[in-house]
Amino acid sequence: MTALWGAMNTRARILLGVLVVMLLAAPLALDRYFLSVLTLILYFVYVGQAWNLMMGYAGQLSLGHALYVGVGGYVAAALWVHYGIGPWLGVVPAIAIAAAFGAAIGWLGFRFGIEGVYFALLTIAFAEFTRIGFDHIPFVGGAGGLFIPYEQDRIGEWWNLRGGQHLFYYLAFLLAAVGVLITALLSRARLGFQWLAIREDETAARALGIDVFRAKMKAVLISSGMTAVGGVFYAFYNNSLFPTQIFNISRSIELILAPIVGGIGTVFGPVVGAFVLTPLGEVLIALTEWLGIDLPGVKAVFYGLTLMIIITLVPTGVWPWIARRLDLVKNEP
Amino acid sequence: MTSKNRGGLSRRHLLGGAAAATALLATPSIVRAQPKVLKVGVALPRSGYLAAAGQACYRGAEIAPKVLADYGYAVELMHVDTESNVDIARNQAERVIAEGAQCIVGAFQSGATLAIAQVCEQRQVPLCINVAAAPQITEQGYKYLVRNFQTGGQLAANGLRLIKDVMAATNVEFKNAVFTYANDTFGTSQAKAIDKHFPAANLPFKIEESIAYDPRAQDLSVEVTKIRAINPDLVMVVTRASDAIKLIRDMVRQRFEPKAIISPGSPGLYDEEFYQALGPLADYSVINVPWVNPKAKMTEAVAAAFKPAFPKRRFAVEGFNVGFTFEAMLIAADGFKRAGTADGPELMKAIRATDLAEHVMIGGPIQFDDTGQNNNIGSAVLQNRDRTPTVVLPESAATMKPVLPMPPWKGRT
Amino acid sequence: MWTIYLNVVLQGVMTGLIYGLMALGLSVIFGVVRVVNFAHGEFAVVAMYAAFVLFKIYGLDPLIAMAPIALAFFAIGFILQMGLVNSFVGRAEHEQFILLVGLAIILINAVLMIFGPDAQPVNLPYAFDSYLIGPLIIDKVRVYAAIAAVAVSAGLFAFFRHTRTGTAIRACADNLVGAAVIGLNVKRLYALTFGLGLACVGAAGALMETIADAAPSLGPAYTLLAFTIVIVGGLGSMSGALVGGVLIGVSEALAGFLIAPSMKSMFSFALLIAVLVLRPQGLMGRRVA
Repeated sequence: MTALWGAMNTRARILLGVLVVMLLAAPLALDRYFLSVLTLILYFVYVGQAWNLMMGYAGQLSLGHALYVGVGGYVAAALWVHYGIGPWLGVVPAIAIAAAFGAAIGWLGFRFGIEGVYFALLTIAFAEFTRIGFDHIPFVGGAGGLFIPYEQDRIGEWWNLRGGQHLFYYLAFLLAAVGVLITALLSRARLGFQWLAIREDETAARALGIDVFRAKMKAVLISSGMTAVGGVFYAFYNNSLFPTQIFNISRSIELILAPIVGGIGTVFGPVVGAFVLTPLGEVLIALTEWLGIDLPGVKAVFYGLTLMIIITLVPTGVWPWIARRLDLVKNEP
Repeated sequence: MTSKNRGGLSRRHLLGGAAAATALLATPSIVRAQPKVLKVGVALPRSGYLAAAGQACYRGAEIAPKVLADYGYAVELMHVDTESNVDIARNQAERVIAEGAQCIVGAFQSGATLAIAQVCEQRQVPLCINVAAAPQITEQGYKYLVRNFQTGGQLAANGLRLIKDVMAATNVEFKNAVFTYANDTFGTSQAKAIDKHFPAANLPFKIEESIAYDPRAQDLSVEVTKIRAINPDLVMVVTRASDAIKLIRDMVRQRFEPKAIISPGSPGLYDEEFYQALGPLADYSVINVPWVNPKAKMTEAVAAAFKPAFPKRRFAVEGFNVGFTFEAMLIAADGFKRAGTADGPELMKAIRATDLAEHVMIGGPIQFDDTGQNNNIGSAVLQNRDRTPTVVLPESAATMKPVLPMPPWKGRT
Repeated sequence: MWTIYLNVVLQGVMTGLIYGLMALGLSVIFGVVRVVNFAHGEFAVVAMYAAFVLFKIYGLDPLIAMAPIALAFFAIGFILQMGLVNSFVGRAEHEQFILLVGLAIILINAVLMIFGPDAQPVNLPYAFDSYLIGPLIIDKVRVYAAIAAVAVSAGLFAFFRHTRTGTAIRACADNLVGAAVIGLNVKRLYALTFGLGLACVGAAGALMETIADAAPSLGPAYTLLAFTIVIVGGLGSMSGALVGGVLIGVSEALAGFLIAPSMKSMFSFALLIAVLVLRPQGLMGRRVA
């Protein structure tokens, strides 16, 4: 906490404080629609942050994070549906199993020196492999999907993630806040500096005596475990899981857009990215509707165009650019 | 947590900064006076990977206001594209309700339907499901939804039962069969249901093998090779449009000619792209699915409205998606008329109490059980004739007689 | 029984050659420009639609339409590299990734807007013909398409081996600084390469249209397929792309025959993981281009 606070100047502290208060008060002032959009934004902040640790700090490009979302969601949901074990407890094995997947990928990747694009493809391959695998596990419904009962009388059991929009909104807020804090802490911890050293020059990092393999493994384990929690949230938020959807490569891509657009390797990049991209989609929908264009696909075309423009104009991300413009940060890396 | 937080919009200016972008989407506040017209949010996957089906359903909704007006119903549509994405489906359902939708029709995809079901449950807005087969949807305890669609189990049971009728009507015996299905959400639940209902259907042949295939596979030549090695009289399929094309194409190329190809309850064999791709080779496949009753008066009205609205499309091939989506609109409109109000709980009560004898799909009156499921939907036997899905059974709705075994691939025109 | 296996393998080889041509484009671009074209499959789908339109309006067989489509795609690739991608050369992978994913989203949705979601087939008069060779049954279209794929690939090989420009491009790939020092116009050569890469996709897409039907939803699947093939064969290796294509084609076909067909893609991903781990440079070495 102090690490994050210390790196900011007064103006940044005020802005952050205002943002936090506004987010906490949002349910009082906002319509449910805006609240559900905000919930999604905060979800993307959290999983984006988890991905950011691995890519932005440790420099390992994963294009298969949907794997951890899916595994986390499936483990917790299956425990709930089959054994009545609530997600408050189920989240533990969810993290463990997702981290085990992460460990397998990390071990293979780092032990055998698979780097860059190759590592990215390894992660895609694992996610796709798992997707087809889950299509064939009858215990969790196979391709037919796994359903979590709505159960009107359980609404209000917040520890079992049974509730309305407010519950999930505050939960998403909590996740996002914790995600930001973890990133802030790690980025100023020994491990964070080791990651940066590895990201910049692995050989040099090794020469400095850093156990590169160990540090990278920690990055994968933390990232996959964190992402799994996001998956648990997602499963109980939407009450259904389908391998084709949850493990889809498009979900992996969706998840990493926010941190990249916001600026990877920064604490607030994923936050800014999510607050730009998710509303962008909504604004584009409203805009095309307002213009009277009823043509499916138009929105996505403009979305793609915006992505290309952003990455051309501010390749290192929107957040570093804002921070520089508004003079917010003392020494944001 | 189920409060209807609808009045909050006016206070949104409290949120500057971060929410500024979202606030751009200012929406008019709800008119509280009792309306004369029901505003229906139509949530369908009009882009993304389910776009083909989503847009077909869209056509069914689009023509509904005009047809329903002639029957004394007043509805207004608010279209929403779920982009085949659960998150977007959920947010857009929230938006369309915030903008004044009093009822939702959708959402074709089971995952999106469930996400919307939660929104509707908490907002107390009725959801009329047009298409979504996962049986679990009506088993989850949702009170604000009805489904006027057969569950996977019903699709399969009816589909299998009708095979017997086909055999009787054509005097063709099947000694053995192979069952092949797309391994996706719909396909697997169908396969499961078919396994379950096959013994009860008491059909005089056995299924030699069940073959699941990846619907995203590039071709199905291997699957066809496998089927051909068994050489069954009957091939039962559960397909989508693009893989149905691949399947038939590879059958023709590998010169494999079963006596019949029957789909006990799936799309694919009757989609426009199927006819476009295969031409005369599309003919004589048999599909046992719910379908519009070509002899019903309301169907004629729908068909008449369809033609000028979508001149490039054939109503004859869209009897499934268009029919069910239109009926979902009908159910919403009828409930509204009887309730006399668009107030959620009242409207829902009226919709649950639906009893519509006159409608478009084959089957009994539209009524819902305690879970919100309509169990009176019938299935028809369709046979592709002259590139058109034609009702051949039951006789009460049939416009032609079934022809089996299929004529050989070669020499078709 | 063995004839069935042989038949399955043959089908796999022919399909694999067309895949291989598509993957070849990806490999050439990466091998030289060092940019991963994440919009590769989407370009293939656009080419399929181009073939569909040319057939529909002019009745052009995709095997012939392949030539103008490849030419047009060459031009598109050249312009794209000159105008847009060039400033991303040498930049971080994730930045290139966003640029090309943005492009992919645009392409696939533009196609959806123009042609709608339904699959668009080309009805060739010989689409359903097949050769009977003893107990073997071989599709005519597949044979034609495979031969065309081999011919295009051979042309590309010859270009890189025997022309001055081809040699210059190879020099760029092997030693960028050296190439710049001896006065090669690297920017232009990169643009040429990107153009050639897209020309491969254009040709492959046209061929693909003969065995599958153009639909917007195919894009991401093809991108993934091209990646798998290229990694198995060796990213940046030209012969590797073809070998990888055939290998994936055959292994999917055989896996589909021996295990559950719905699990056959799982097999190629397992193969991909194995290759990444055991032979990360791919089966055919690092760089041949």
